[in-house]
Amino acid sequence: MVHTGTMEGALFEPTLYIVKGMCILDNDGNRILAKYYDKNILPTAKEQKAFEKNLFNKTHRANAEIIMLDGLTCVYKNNVDLFFYVMGSSHENELILQSVLNALYESVSILLRRNVEKRVLLDNLDAVMLAFDEICDGGVILDADPTSIVGRAALRTEDVPLGEQTVVQVLQSAKEQLKWSLLK
Amino acid sequence: MSSFRRDKKEEEDSGASVFQNLDKTTLLQESRYFNSTPVNPRKCIHILTKIIYLLNQGEKLTTQEATDMFFATTKLFQSKDVMLRRLVYLCIKELSSMAQDVIIVTSSLTKDMTGKEDLYRAAAIRALCSITDSSMLQAIERYMKQAIVDKNPAVSSAALVSALHLSATVPDLVRRWVNDAQEAIMSDNIMVSYHALAVVAGARKNDRLSTVKLVTKLARSPLRSPYALCLLVRHAAKLAEEDQSEASEPYLEFIESCLRHKSEIVVYEAAHAIVNLRKSARDLAQAVSVLQIFCGSSKATLRLAGARTLAQLTSKHPNAVAVCAVDLENLISDPNRSVATLAVTTLLATGAESSIDRLMKQISSFMSEISDEFKIVVVRAIRRLCSKYPRKHQSLASFLAGMLREEGGVQYKTAIADTIIALVEENPDAKETGLAHLCEFIEDCEHTSLAVRILHILGREGPKARQPSRYIRYIYNRVILESGPVRAAAVSAVARFGASREELLPNIRVLLSRCQLDDDDEVRDRAIFYSAILDSNDRQLIEDYIINVSVPNPVLLEKALSDHIAIQPDEPFNISTIPTTEEQNESEDVPLQVEISNQPVVSREELYSEQLKIVPGIEKLGPIFKTCEPIDLTEPETEYRVRCVKHIFTRHLILQFECLNTLNDQILEKVHIRLDPAPGYVILGEVACEKLPYDKQGSVFCVLKFPTNPIETLGTFGATLEFVVRDCDSTTGLPDAGEGYADTYPLEEVEIGCADQFRTRAPTDEWESSWERGATAAEACDTFGLSQNDVNEAAIAVCKHLGLPKAAIGGDAIKEIRGGGLWREGTPMLVRARLVSGQGAVTMQLTVRSPREDIATLLLAAVG
Repeated sequence: MVHTGTMEGALFEPTLYIVKGMCILDNDGNRILAKYYDKNILPTAKEQKAFEKNLFNKTHRANAEIIMLDGLTCVYKNNVDLFFYVMGSSHENELILQSVLNALYESVSILLRRNVEKRVLLDNLDAVMLAFDEICDGGVILDADPTSIVGRAALRTEDVPLGEQTVVQVLQSAKEQLKWSLLK
Repeated sequence: MSSFRRDKKEEEDSGASVFQNLDKTTLLQESRYFNSTPVNPRKCIHILTKIIYLLNQGEKLTTQEATDMFFATTKLFQSKDVMLRRLVYLCIKELSSMAQDVIIVTSSLTKDMTGKEDLYRAAAIRALCSITDSSMLQAIERYMKQAIVDKNPAVSSAALVSALHLSATVPDLVRRWVNDAQEAIMSDNIMVSYHALAVVAGARKNDRLSTVKLVTKLARSPLRSPYALCLLVRHAAKLAEEDQSEASEPYLEFIESCLRHKSEIVVYEAAHAIVNLRKSARDLAQAVSVLQIFCGSSKATLRLAGARTLAQLTSKHPNAVAVCAVDLENLISDPNRSVATLAVTTLLATGAESSIDRLMKQISSFMSEISDEFKIVVVRAIRRLCSKYPRKHQSLASFLAGMLREEGGVQYKTAIADTIIALVEENPDAKETGLAHLCEFIEDCEHTSLAVRILHILGREGPKARQPSRYIRYIYNRVILESGPVRAAAVSAVARFGASREELLPNIRVLLSRCQLDDDDEVRDRAIFYSAILDSNDRQLIEDYIINVSVPNPVLLEKALSDHIAIQPDEPFNISTIPTTEEQNESEDVPLQVEISNQPVVSREELYSEQLKIVPGIEKLGPIFKTCEPIDLTEPETEYRVRCVKHIFTRHLILQFECLNTLNDQILEKVHIRLDPAPGYVILGEVACEKLPYDKQGSVFCVLKFPTNPIETLGTFGATLEFVVRDCDSTTGLPDAGEGYADTYPLEEVEIGCADQFRTRAPTDEWESSWERGATAAEACDTFGLSQNDVNEAAIAVCKHLGLPKAAIGGDAIKEIRGGGLWREGTPMLVRARLVSGQGAVTMQLTVRSPREDIATLLLAAVG
C-alpha cells in the first residue's frame, strides 16, 4: 500500500509537485510509456508495474474517468487500444489532474493526427516521449495547452517535403484535416 | 474478409515488434553507430527512441553501461536535427542518474541554452539543471536570470521550473533570482505566471511577513492564470489557518471571490479551502452551493470532487451537508463507484435512522466493485452509525459480517474487525452477535495480528456472555490449527475463561494441560504458567495475573531494565514503576476521508526519553514515572514561545522548557530558566540551551527534588527566561559581529498539581471488590461545595482535576466518579467521588483509600 506523506489538516499543500505519475498502457495493461515523479511513491519498477496492472484491472471495463487507488487519485481516459492515466496525491485538486490528462490526451491525439491507437503511437513514439517531457517536469506541470505542447515537442509532421509526397498522400492528409475541422 | 483480418493482424505485429524483445546488449552495440559521421538523424532517432523506451520499461543498466551509452549519445550534438537534439536531451536526463562524468556535456548544453534556436533553449535549460551541481551553477547564473525574464514563455517556464527544482538543494542561490521571478509573475502566459509565483513564494516560505505581503498584493491584482490562482488560494488559506483572528478576514474574502471565477479548477480550489477553513455553517453556504452544482455535473471528476469535499464536511457541519441530500441521492446510482460510495456514506452520516436500511442495501449492491480505500470509508461510516443508532446494530453487524467474508487487504479487514469490536464494547445488546461474527471470522483469518487481537477480545468479553462455553470451542480450534503466535493468544484467551467462570474451570484445566505439550515454547510456557496460577486458587493472584494484567510500555521497560542492570544489578526490579500502555479509548472522530495515514502511536514518555538522555545523571533518578502534557508558558504569536513539560520520577522532577525563537534576525545564546521554586523543592541542576537559532526548537532542563512530605509537593514555580541576544542576518542566519546583550523574558508560572504525580486509570469491572478490600486501608474523606451549577460539568471538571478519564463517571442523578491510580513512589490509591446537585449548587463527597494516609490526604488537599 502506498502512503502519501501525512497531511496535517485538510487544506491542499501549496506545492507545484502535483503530478505523481503519468502512463500510457495498451489494452492488455502493458506499459507503453510511464513516468513516476515522486521518489517516495512506487520507487521500483516492480512496484510500478504491479500498480499499473492493478490500475488497469480496476479501470479497463468501467469507463468512469477517475478512481482512487493505493492512496493515489488517478484520472484516466481510453481510446481504441490505449489507456492514458495521470496520477496525483489523494489529497490534491482532482480538476488540476484532469487538466493534465486532457493535455496529455489531446497532444498525443494531435501528434497522431487523431489516430489514437497503439500501432500509430508506436510509430510516433519519439514525438510522444517529447510531449510527455513537455507536459510534466519532475512532477511540476510544465504546460497544459495541447497546441503549445505539440509545438514544443517539435512535431515532425512535415518531415517529407511537400514536393516529394505523392498526390494520394497529400489528398489523404487534406481530407483528414478537413474531416477533423468539420467534426470539431 | 478473413485475409483482410490477417493483414491487419500482421500489420499490428510489425508495428509493435520494433519495441518488442528489445535487449540492452544489442542496443549498446547499436549505440556505437552514433560515432559515424555524418550523423544519419533518422536512424539515430530510431535508436535513441529504443534506448529511452527500454529505460522507461524499467531496464536497469550498470554504471559502466550507462556511461558508455551516455558518451555515445554526446556524439550526436554534431547533428543539427531538432528532433534528434531534443531526444538527446531526454536521453541525457534519463541517464544522468546512472552514468558517471555527466557534467562533460555542460558546455554543449550551455551553448544550446544561450543559442538562437528557441526549440533548443528551453529543453537545454531543463537538461542542464538536471545534471549540474552547485559549483557549476555559479557559472550559468547570469544566463538563468536572463532566461527567467525571456520573452519566449517556454524558455521562461523552463528556467523557473528548474529554479524550483534547484531550490531544494541550493536555496540561497535561487533566492538571488527572486527579483527576476517576481517580474515574471505578471507574464501574459499562464504557465510562466504560475511557475514564477511558486519560485517567489517558495523563497519566502519561512518568512511569514513577506508571504503576507505577497499574497495581499497579488490578491488585488488580476492574475489570469487559473493555476497561479489555485496556488495563491492555497497560500491564502494557509495564512488564514495559521491566524484565526480578524486579520485573516481579507484572505477569506479573496478566496470567496475566487468562487465566482470562470475556471472550474479555481472554483473548486476555493470551495475546498473554505470548507476546510470556515467555522460556521452560514459562511459555508456559498461554497456548499458550488459543490452542489459540481455533484450534478456530467463529468465524473467534478462529481467526485464535489461529493468528496461534501463528505469531509459531514463530521463538522452535518446540517450544511443535509441540504444537499437530494443531490447526493442522485449520485447513489452513479456509474463511477467512488462517487456512489461517497454519496451513500455521506447520506448515512447525515440522514435519519429510517433511511439506513435502504442505503445499506444500495451500498451492498456494488461493494464488490470498489477499491479497498473506499471500502474502508464505508466501514468508518458504519462505525459512526453503530454509536449513533445503537438500535440498528442487528442489520449493521450482519452487513459487517458479510464484508468480513469477502476478499480484502489486511487494512480493510482490520477496519471491519475494529468496528465489530467497538460494537461489542459499546453496545451490550450487540455483544453476543458481535462476538459470534468474530468467532466465525477467526475460523478463516489469514492475518496473524488480526487473529491475535480478536482472540484477546474474545478472552476479555467472552466470559461475560450468557453462554461462555460456546466460544471456547472456537478458541480451542485455533490451538489445533494455527501458527505459534495465534496458538499462544488462544491459550491466554482460554485461561481467562477459566479465571472468570468457576463452572468452566475443570474443562479449562484439561485444555491447558493438553497445550503443555505444544511444540512452540511460548505456547507451552503460557499453558504451564496459567495452569499454575489457576491451580493456586488464590483469587487475588488470578485477578492480577490473568484477568487484569497491566502491560508495561515495552520501550520504557527496556530502557528501565538496561538502566537497572547498569546501576543496581543486585536489587530487585520493581515493574510497577514502568508506565503502562494506555489503551486508546477516546478515538477521535475521523472525518470521512479517503486517505490512510499510519502514524505509529508513540507515548509521550517514549517521545521524550531520547531528549532526556542529555541530562547528566538522569539514570540515577530511576525509571521515568510519567511525562505530563506540555503546557504553554507564553501567549501564542509572541517573540519567544516556551512550553513546559513535567517529567515525574519517583522522587525527582525534571522540568523541560521547550523554547522556540520566532525572530529570524536573532540568535539566542546561553538560554536558561531562572526558577523560583515552591517551598520544599530543591533545585539539583540545570542543563541550559547554548544556542537557539530561528525556528529551531531547543530545550532547557531543570532537575528538582520533590519535598519528602507529599502535602508540600503542591505549589507553583515562578519562571523567567534568561538569555543573550545576538542579532543576525535574517536570510543567512549568520550572527553579526559583537558580543550581544543579555535579556530576560517573563514566563507564566508552572504549577505542580496532584494529577501530575499519579498515574490514574478508569475503573475496571473489579473496582467494587478492590474498593471493598481497601476498607482496611487508611481512608480520607471530605465534603466539598463546587462552584459549577451543572452536575455533569462538575463531574467532568473533577475528573480533569484528578487526571481521571471521562469514562470514570457513572450514575445518573447522583454522579459517581470511580477510579484508581498509582502514586509516583508506587503507592496505589482508590478514589470515589459522589456528586449531588441541590439548590443550584453541586456538593461532592470525596473518599480516598490508600495504604499511606498522607497520599489520601494529598488528594483531598488537591481538590480543596
